[in-house]
Amino acid sequence: MEAPRIRAYVFGFIASVLLTVIPFGLVMASRFPRIAVVAGIAAAGTVQVLVHLRCFLAVHTLSDARWNILFLILTALIIILFVGGSLWIMYDLNYRMM
Amino acid sequence: MNTITAPARPAEAPFHYDSAANREFGFWLYIMSDLILFAVLFATFAVLGRAYAGGPGARQLFSLPYVFAETILLVLSSAVYGIASSGARTNRIFAVMAGLGLAFLLGLGFIFMETKEFYQLIVDGNGPARSAFLSAYFTIVGTHGVHVLLGLIFMAVMIGQVLAKGLTAMVASRLKRLGMFWHFLDIVWIGIFSFVYLIQVI
Repeated sequence: MEAPRIRAYVFGFIASVLLTVIPFGLVMASRFPRIAVVAGIAAAGTVQVLVHLRCFLAVHTLSDARWNILFLILTALIIILFVGGSLWIMYDLNYRMM
Repeated sequence: MNTITAPARPAEAPFHYDSAANREFGFWLYIMSDLILFAVLFATFAVLGRAYAGGPGARQLFSLPYVFAETILLVLSSAVYGIASSGARTNRIFAVMAGLGLAFLLGLGFIFMETKEFYQLIVDGNGPARSAFLSAYFTIVGTHGVHVLLGLIFMAVMIGQVLAKGLTAMVASRLKRLGMFWHFLDIVWIGIFSFVYLIQVI
C-alpha cells in the first residue's frame, strides 16, 4: 500500500530534476533559435507541473478527488480568462498607442 | 433576576474522518484561490517584464546557476516531505520528524538564497523602485517567498505538535494539509523559474 507512494515520490523527484535541467540547459547553451527555446521551456514546465500534481500532490488520492480535479479545471479556466484577457488588452493598448 | 437558563449546548462533535476530508477539500479551495492570485501576478509580470526604464534587464541581473540551485533546494524539500507524509500514514513518528526536519532545513536554505539575492539587488541600487520590470519581479518572487516563509512557520509548529501530541488523527490531518501547501508552492516556483527567470534571460 505504501510502496507505490514512495516510488511515486522518487520518480517525481528524478523527473523534476531532469525537467529542470532541460530548460536551464536550453537557455544556458544559447545557440538555439529563440522560438525553440521558448517552446522548450513551456513544454518542460507544463510536463513538470503535471508530474508534481500526480507524484507529489497526488490529487487522485485526496479524499474528494473528483471534486478536487473539477475545481482545478475551473481554476485553470479562470486563470486562462484572467491572464489571456489581460495580455490581450494590454498588448492591444500598447499597439494602438504607438 | 434572570432565571432563564441557557439551552443545553450540543456535545462537541467528535473528530472523525469526514471532518478531515472536509478540511482537506476546504484547504484545496484555498490553494485554488491562491493559484489565481499568483496567476494575476504572472499576468502583471508578463505585461511589465520588458519595461526596464533605462535600467538593467534580466540578462544583467540574474545568475541562472544560482536560480538552478534555488530550484533544486525547493524540489528536494518537496520530495523529502514525502518521507513525513508516508510516516504519518504508517504511524512511524521517527520518519515524520526526519521528513519534517529535512524539508524545513532545505526550505530555510531556499529562503536564505532568495533573501541574499534580493539584498544584493537592492544594495546595487536595483530595488523594486528602479523600473516597472523590477517592481513586478520583486512582487511575484517576494509573494512566493512570503508563502514559503509561512510554510516554514507551519512546519515548525507541526514539529512541535508531533512532539507534544504524537500522531493523533488531528495532527495527521494537519500534516496532510501542510504537505498540500508545500507541494503547491513548488508548482508555483516552476512557473517562476520558467517565465520570470528563463524566458527573460534568453
